[in-house]
Amino acid sequence: MSTLPWLHPDRVALLEQALRQRILVLDGGMGTMLQAHELDEGGFRGERFEHGHDGHAHAHDHPGCDLRGNNDLLTLTQPQIIRGVHDAYLEAGADLVETNTFNSTRISQADYKLQHLAQELNREGARLARAACDAMTAKTPEKPRFVIGVLGPTSRTASLSPDVNDPGFRNVTFEELAENYTESANGLIDGGADVIMVETIFDTLNAKAALFALSELFHQRGARMPVMISGTITDRSGRTLSGQTAEAFYYSVRHARPLSVGFNCALGAEDLRPHVQTLANLAETYVSTHPNAGLPNAFGEYDETPEHMASVIGGFARDGLLNLVGGCCGTTPAHIRAIADAVCDVAPRVLPSADQAEAA
Amino acid sequence: MARHTRLSGLEPLVITPDLLFINVGERTNVTGSAQFKKLIKEDRYDEAVEVARQQVANGAQVIDINMDEGLIDSEAAMTRFVNLISSEPDIARVPFMIDSSKWTVIEAGLRCLQGKGIVNSISMKEGEAQFLEHARKVQQYGAAAVVMAFDEQGQADTCERKVSICSRAYELLTKELDFLPEDIIFDPNIFAIATGIEEHNNYAVDFINAARELKQRFPDCHISGGVSNVSFSFRGNNTVREAIHSVFLYHAIRAGMDMGIVNAGALTIMDDIDPPLRERVEDVVLNRREDATERLLEIADNYKGKRGAAVVETLAWREKDVRARLSHALVHGIDQYVVEDTEEARQLSTRPLDVIEGPLMDGMNVVGDLFGAGKMFLPQVVKSARVMKKAVAYLLPYIEAEKLRTGDTGKNNGKIVMATVKGDVHDIGKNIVAVVLRCNNFEVIDLGVMVPAQKILETAIAENADMIGLSGLITPSLEEMGQVAREMQRQNFHIPLLIGGATTSRAHTALKIEPHYKAGTVWVKDASRAVGVAQSLVSKDLVEAFLEKIRLEYADVRERHRNRGPGKKLVSLEHARTHRFSCDWAAYDPPQPKQPGVTVFHDYDLATIRRYIDWTPFFQAWELAGHYPAILTDEVVGPQASELFKDAQAMMDKIIAEKWLTARAVIGLWPAANIGDDVEVYTDTSRTKRLATLCSLRQQADKPIERPNLCLADFITPKEFAKPDWIGGFAVTAGLGIEEHLARFQADYDDYSSIILKALADRLAEAFAEHMHERMRKEFWGFVPDEALDNDALIAEKYRGIRPAPGYPACPEHTEKATLFELLDVTRNTGIELTEGFSMYPAAAVSGWYYSHPGSQYFVVGRLGKDQVEDYAKRKGWTLAEAERWLASNLDYEPE
Repeated sequence: MSTLPWLHPDRVALLEQALRQRILVLDGGMGTMLQAHELDEGGFRGERFEHGHDGHAHAHDHPGCDLRGNNDLLTLTQPQIIRGVHDAYLEAGADLVETNTFNSTRISQADYKLQHLAQELNREGARLARAACDAMTAKTPEKPRFVIGVLGPTSRTASLSPDVNDPGFRNVTFEELAENYTESANGLIDGGADVIMVETIFDTLNAKAALFALSELFHQRGARMPVMISGTITDRSGRTLSGQTAEAFYYSVRHARPLSVGFNCALGAEDLRPHVQTLANLAETYVSTHPNAGLPNAFGEYDETPEHMASVIGGFARDGLLNLVGGCCGTTPAHIRAIADAVCDVAPRVLPSADQAEAA
Repeated sequence: MARHTRLSGLEPLVITPDLLFINVGERTNVTGSAQFKKLIKEDRYDEAVEVARQQVANGAQVIDINMDEGLIDSEAAMTRFVNLISSEPDIARVPFMIDSSKWTVIEAGLRCLQGKGIVNSISMKEGEAQFLEHARKVQQYGAAAVVMAFDEQGQADTCERKVSICSRAYELLTKELDFLPEDIIFDPNIFAIATGIEEHNNYAVDFINAARELKQRFPDCHISGGVSNVSFSFRGNNTVREAIHSVFLYHAIRAGMDMGIVNAGALTIMDDIDPPLRERVEDVVLNRREDATERLLEIADNYKGKRGAAVVETLAWREKDVRARLSHALVHGIDQYVVEDTEEARQLSTRPLDVIEGPLMDGMNVVGDLFGAGKMFLPQVVKSARVMKKAVAYLLPYIEAEKLRTGDTGKNNGKIVMATVKGDVHDIGKNIVAVVLRCNNFEVIDLGVMVPAQKILETAIAENADMIGLSGLITPSLEEMGQVAREMQRQNFHIPLLIGGATTSRAHTALKIEPHYKAGTVWVKDASRAVGVAQSLVSKDLVEAFLEKIRLEYADVRERHRNRGPGKKLVSLEHARTHRFSCDWAAYDPPQPKQPGVTVFHDYDLATIRRYIDWTPFFQAWELAGHYPAILTDEVVGPQASELFKDAQAMMDKIIAEKWLTARAVIGLWPAANIGDDVEVYTDTSRTKRLATLCSLRQQADKPIERPNLCLADFITPKEFAKPDWIGGFAVTAGLGIEEHLARFQADYDDYSSIILKALADRLAEAFAEHMHERMRKEFWGFVPDEALDNDALIAEKYRGIRPAPGYPACPEHTEKATLFELLDVTRNTGIELTEGFSMYPAAAVSGWYYSHPGSQYFVVGRLGKDQVEDYAKRKGWTLAEAERWLASNLDYEPE
């Protein structure tokens, strides 16, 4: 797998060069930023989905459904808003922005009866981020910006039963997930993503289906893309939702020879630290993290301040744990700016060299 | 990250050499277990899941799952069963082995695995293209693979075919694909022996020989097999079958087999086999005589349904009451009757715990008192502990049952989590301390060697430990201990930290560890102090005063360190260099080697090495002070030293006679020249192509004019004199094969034998280094062909030339070992590996450089100024911070 050539060798070279030089900054949360626009049902529908279904499609077997909350759809209906979020994060100092495609899989879009949009949402999502990055890079060519094509976890789990009375039951299979991810990844690649990130992994088997799909896809295309992997430790037990420890998680995905591995979501930076440390000790690849802005308060809001989050992250960086860092739920451009400031003078974590790996 | 196989279920399984042998549970296999087949066929999946659970509980580290049966929809059964056991955390914590002869069934299993499992198996039986296609899929699914010795012609039966098919498979997997070598597990086919068919007689030998050859060719790969096949012809006679398994495994594991599909609950220890049965089984397994099968059949029926019983010898003390008998057994370290005595005591007690808290603890208190009074010595205490451990192990199930019933958990003095820190493999001292603490009713959770900080801390939290004990032998471990202390502070720990091990010291602990951790850090000088310290720390009345005393003491050490007189100031590196060791180089003729290049010794005669042993350090390991041989007649420790020596000699006889250990060595000699403080090593005598640069450190103490500021590089002729000088290197080990014997002792709770064996292996390695150095001087380099020194003279180093070891005082910087290892290709040539902290594994290993100059001598580099550290960093291509980390123990200043 790792013998295939890169699809965009020059982009990869730039990215790897930047990774050797400094800690790179990812963007922050999308959801919080969109909430601020207070869009109503009409706002989500736009013209094309005026009647609750796709005006461009020929036949509808349903009367239309509510689309409010389908944030990924805004890529098509309110592209200027999504572009605005990307721009805000780039201005705050992000080196990489994540596409607005967290739920752009067939399985997730089926909740809105929009499964046919999966490929289009990914392609357009990548295009939007691409345009934002290219515009910013044109202003400061010495600091290239990169598009991370995001593959989310979907709303189903391949290794957990949704039915407590039947632990052997599954509501999704590996093959279904792999087909979903193939379709989405194709869209991301066509839209111009530089990197694919499988993220917010709470069930490692879902991620393995995504990684399997990517390796098949690269094999078919005869060229590969860098892959980032980011798991989610769901609570203070220190395990993923599907029960793995951080170390077990890494060994389960290491075969994809990822560009980076890390953790995001569910916890704030402080609680993620031991798990990121585990990866930093083990991984022969770059280490990333994009935590939430703390844990949700009584109102379900994230209220960790940019200053506090940045000071904790600064500690990670000074202790040599980080190569890439950003934010997840509840983080804003202010958080990313503070984080970027906190890590800009700190050397990135050094990869264990081939020699050390051999000698150890 | 080291090249170890890294598998996972819910938890990781890293296959390091110290795991010795991976038990793959065989009971969830419809082709191997009639019971399991019945459960699956009758759709009794709940009970099938219990079979998996039992295997993990019995110690299976991986479980094999096979659904290949004509009347079962194998794909559906595989999917359903794997999904079911994936939902059981106490099963799913281990990796799964997906076993089928049908690829579609394997894929069905892989699609349910969130962890990294093993595919069993892929092979070339349908040609290379199919094999590679399957292997590529295995990679994409993220699994390791068993590769069966099976090609287009069929299954390999001879050693030669097994090796050639596996080698071909290896080439394909690593050249055509980028398959990781450590993810390849060879199955060279275990076939039934003693079938009455003559061609089958050598099958076990063929497997064992193939395992040996494959392990040597592909040290990163593993060798596995289905063990129960070998005894197939004795179906119905489990005693004989288990004996065959045990004998077969004994020999196969020694040869290199490191994984096997076994019934994890039913492995017999080789020594427990009735001797006549064992002999005849060995004849069959090793194909030692033509009538081996007949002779085994002759006696096989005698063992149907029973095991060989041992002869019991009754002695006077056996007549006393059970309390007195237990006490006698503990004080005298006799473990022969302890289980029956413990059972008797249990029946007399209301609670099983009373046996421990009553007669057993009384006996151990006697041991503790005698030890404290200096009337018993460590070796005896360790023997007593063996008895105690056996008794406790016997009682444990009863205590657990009692606990469940009453919720009463009993009490002990306190709980300590102990570990040898990351990067370090040395544990003799730590094991002794653990034993002594256990004897004093502390609960010790021993995490073993090379333990990362996070695991130590997590265990301490999970176990609610009262203290943490860290141990280490090599200097990088000192730095790691400081890290652990800082991490404990950062994570807000409040329990005391104990520091011990050969390189640790009060000064280092006071200066570099204690200031980083507020809740108290105590340096423990040796095992005999451990109990006193631990007891003070768990005593509510004593702890405050004790820690306060330590704090003041360490503050005082720091104060004195700060106020060291100005007379000790170092000279500048520049100045030290002008004071270098020198001789009349123009007149000096460097000796030319008789045998240049690299020479490997695969299996060195242990009896020869034994003659070179320096016994004094052996007694030191047991904290018996004195020089050998005077120590044997010493007024105080003489009797105990003599007994220990007798036991050690007896074991050494066995080590040699039964080949427990394998000694290997590699030596080399290369053209060299000195430039500054470095030695350049060249590929050949043309001295044009540089092979490596060896960096040395120079003394910076302010020394009188007649005593030079020494540096190892000075003992090689400077380049400008254009003289053909040479340097040598070596690495020896006598620890290969030690694990299986340690495991055997451990299974028997026999710390005493385990520690003796480790200490003996260490002695053998040192002796081996001494012996090779002698051969170097007399034969290979040959600059003193007629040297005649006896062992005492050798121990006193009365010879020309030196053999300094990286990490020791003349060259204290450990990473130079990596250069040495590269030059000699040590790992491939001897099997010795370097850990990330540059500790050698097996621990019984010695490596170093050979210098031949008549003026060369051992010395201590001592403290280093920042100018030299900066210079050294530049020469090594490091940042200053890196250099300061590797030279931490030698810095004369506080790094920023």
